[in-house]
Amino acid sequence: MQNEPIHVLLADDDEDDRLFFSDAIKELKMNTVVNVVKDGQDLIDYLLQTDVTLPHVLFLDLNMPIKTGLECLKEIKNIDRLKNIAIAIYSTSASEKDIEETFIRGANVYIKKPSSFTSLKKVLSEVITLNWQYHTSGLDRNNFLLSL
Amino acid sequence: MKLYIKYDINEICKKILQEQLDRLSLSYVLLGYSEVEIKEDISNDKLKELHAGLNSYGIEVVESSKNILVQKIKDVIIEMIYENDKLPSSKISAYLADKISHSYGYIANVFAEVTYTSVENFIILHRIEFAKKLITIDELSFTEISHKLNYSSLAHFCTQFKNTTGLTPSAFKRIILKRREAALNNT
Repeated sequence: MQNEPIHVLLADDDEDDRLFFSDAIKELKMNTVVNVVKDGQDLIDYLLQTDVTLPHVLFLDLNMPIKTGLECLKEIKNIDRLKNIAIAIYSTSASEKDIEETFIRGANVYIKKPSSFTSLKKVLSEVITLNWQYHTSGLDRNNFLLSL
Repeated sequence: MKLYIKYDINEICKKILQEQLDRLSLSYVLLGYSEVEIKEDISNDKLKELHAGLNSYGIEVVESSKNILVQKIKDVIIEMIYENDKLPSSKISAYLADKISHSYGYIANVFAEVTYTSVENFIILHRIEFAKKLITIDELSFTEISHKLNYSSLAHFCTQFKNTTGLTPSAFKRIILKRREAALNNT
């Protein structure tokens, strides 16, 4: 049986991080479709296209030029069509303040970027499967909070 | 003004199902939360119309037998967690095998294949989700919640909550309350 593909989107300005991320996802044994955008403006433009398949989960780097992750988070949460996308903050910072701040603004997941490929795979697999449970088991998305 | 509401998902789904089935004037019997037996031969056009009607509510007709099995497993687990008196006295694996009439090994395999998660993790996830719901309703203390969910102790509950969400129950509560406050200030 073929499950419906899981759509994943990453917004990150660092090319190495984008590669690292896509490679890790490809190695998970899941039916995923990965897209990447390179900054915040790019992300909003991408999501606002009328014919785009919205991602099941968006991985969002906080520290990006032009438009920061936090600004994107705010914008996305104010657009009806987009506000239900699960958002996973994907950041090098892991200060308690940043974590709570992004959660309060509507993020679902906070990931401190892992340094090893193995731990990245593990973290991504955890986020994607958990998000999938929310998507397929009728759980209350407002209560979806995960800090890794 | 903002209102916070509680609702019964199963009741809502049942009503929607009945509405949609009645709209097509089908004769049917509802079997449990997620099974409907249609008592007549249904034309393909009508079936399509039913699918489309249900889809607009985010309700999907599952067709593959594995999907159906997984849905049954989920129903049994959810019922077990949300209805306290249904908690089995036997081991959960034996209870599931008995309810579903397949070996636990088979159940576990199919479940993992379709949902990407194990039966055990699914049970933990749902217990924690139930706990979150109780926390956001803000009527019970953490100790009362841990009893209600049959944790052996408050510490065990807090540890499992933290392991599952990365947050302590109190951090979770703080964040949800602040979110509400922020939402109130925005309107």
